Amino acid sequence: MTCPSNLEKKARHIKATWSRHCNTVIFMSSIDNPSFPTIGLNVTEGRDQLYWKTIRALHYLEQHHLNEADWFLKADDDTFVIVENLRWILANYTPEVPIYFGKRFRPFIRQGYMSGGAGYVLSKGALQRFVEGFRTNVCSHTTSVEDVALGQCMEKMGVQAGDSRDSLLRETFHPFVPEIHLTGTFTRSLSYRNYCYYPTVEGPQCCSDLAVSFHYVSAELMYILEYYTHHLRAYGYQYRYNPRLPDNYTRLLAN
Amino acid sequence: MPHAPAERVHKMYSEGGSFMKGMLLGGIFCIVATLLSSFNFGHQQHTDHHNHHHVNAPSKEELLRLPEHKRIELSQNIRVYCVILVEPKDLAYWAAVRETWSKHCDKAEFYSSEEVKVFESVSVETKDPWIMLRKALKHAFDNAKDHKWYFIARPTTFAIIENLKYLLLNKDPDQPFYLGHMVKSGDLEFIELSGGIVLSSEALKRLVGVLGDSSKCPEQGRMIWKLPEDKELAVCLKYTGVFAENAEDTEGKDIFNAKSVNSLINEAMAQTPQEVAESCCSDVAVTFNGHSPNNMHVMMFGVYRLRPFGHKFHDSLVFLPPKDSDND
Repeated sequence: MTCPSNLEKKARHIKATWSRHCNTVIFMSSIDNPSFPTIGLNVTEGRDQLYWKTIRALHYLEQHHLNEADWFLKADDDTFVIVENLRWILANYTPEVPIYFGKRFRPFIRQGYMSGGAGYVLSKGALQRFVEGFRTNVCSHTTSVEDVALGQCMEKMGVQAGDSRDSLLRETFHPFVPEIHLTGTFTRSLSYRNYCYYPTVEGPQCCSDLAVSFHYVSAELMYILEYYTHHLRAYGYQYRYNPRLPDNYTRLLAN
Repeated sequence: MPHAPAERVHKMYSEGGSFMKGMLLGGIFCIVATLLSSFNFGHQQHTDHHNHHHVNAPSKEELLRLPEHKRIELSQNIRVYCVILVEPKDLAYWAAVRETWSKHCDKAEFYSSEEVKVFESVSVETKDPWIMLRKALKHAFDNAKDHKWYFIARPTTFAIIENLKYLLLNKDPDQPFYLGHMVKSGDLEFIELSGGIVLSSEALKRLVGVLGDSSKCPEQGRMIWKLPEDKELAVCLKYTGVFAENAEDTEGKDIFNAKSVNSLINEAMAQTPQEVAESCCSDVAVTFNGHSPNNMHVMMFGVYRLRPFGHKFHDSLVFLPPKDSDND
């Protein structure tokens, strides 16, 4: 999700880095821009329009791209995503089942909801239920706080809030930059701990080796994370964490 | 037949003139010869000077030529002793280095200007950087002869020791190697300390041999003004026939960096915006310099843990994670 004034400042760097690993990428904005390209969603920009933008974006996907993919990821223009690790998380789930994943927060909604900035991913079934919810007026524009509002609709429509943690129960979607999570300078705050659905872990075990996302990522950090993830490594090093291949390994390979 | 007086004087002057010209030319020649020979002093003394000015990491083909048991033997036997030069003011960086990359050295020793209660170190009892370096290297030589390679860094340096071992795998430590990020300053080629300095066993031995010679390698330095310690080191090593070499990967990218990843990424964003992460730095980089202590923890995560699921690397060497560590 982006906007006209951020195309050169932010969205461009996503285009040059992680979005290349998606099967399809669509940049959503308030205005059509055929050269970038972006889709114009017939909204104005601003925090109070945020949920309208999300509603329109998901409806657009359902209308034009439903059969092109199994899973639909929404990210912001300052979210960094490692798509291969997202595929690994999703490999054991069937896309027809209505479920969605992200950084799970606890307040306001019984089953919790997913942080907007850390990115969330809907199964095909979940996307269909979302659109169905608006068609039947079960879901509506309740608040402009996009991630809470979406979470309300998901719960009403029976879409399960999934557990995105790895096999050692470490978080994969992250609402802040790696430095914050790893060095614990923010997570000591009580309000953050209270927000997290699962127990907050500080220090190196905050984050899975197979992390999926980070948020509030600057342009420079996009490229740094791309370098750390896909290029720099310790030659010959035997990783401590060696998770099992998912059962649906062949589907993973086909992607 | 004698010349007329006027002519005699003229002839005397013209002969004298030639004589003066001759003296002048001879004097100039003498000065030039002396100057030239003083610039060449190093080159006259090399015994086994390497003809190349840079060394390369071994290619996959080179490594596969070695039989597997030999590769395993080399992975286990190549031992790196890390010399990290610290001062009390570096405490935050010192802590970060202790908690991160230095755990991957076979032995890491911190040499500090004075004893510090919080952390263990070898105190060299001097604040002078060149004397500190001399004492640290002498101590390393006396106490760690079984390590064949010596890696010297500042606490602002971040090093990936596995990639250092990969670089050194097919190099003989009984040859004089002096590697790192090479810089040319006037006539002197030296390795920048902040990017990490690598010395082979033989190079360290030769250095220690010349440390006591105050005509070649004095404690107060050779110039009237103080040279930085990494330049002093290069001058002393040159006397023993050891020359600085830049290290590059198989694509020609620098393996040792005296700058931070952030700095190099920013340069690439300006120069090659279509392939920033691809072109900024080597995949098997050994060092970066200038990261904050927090960012060293991020780099630790980025190097030893963060990765995309599904890539298999088929590396020719095997390095195991260190004991009693959980951030790698």
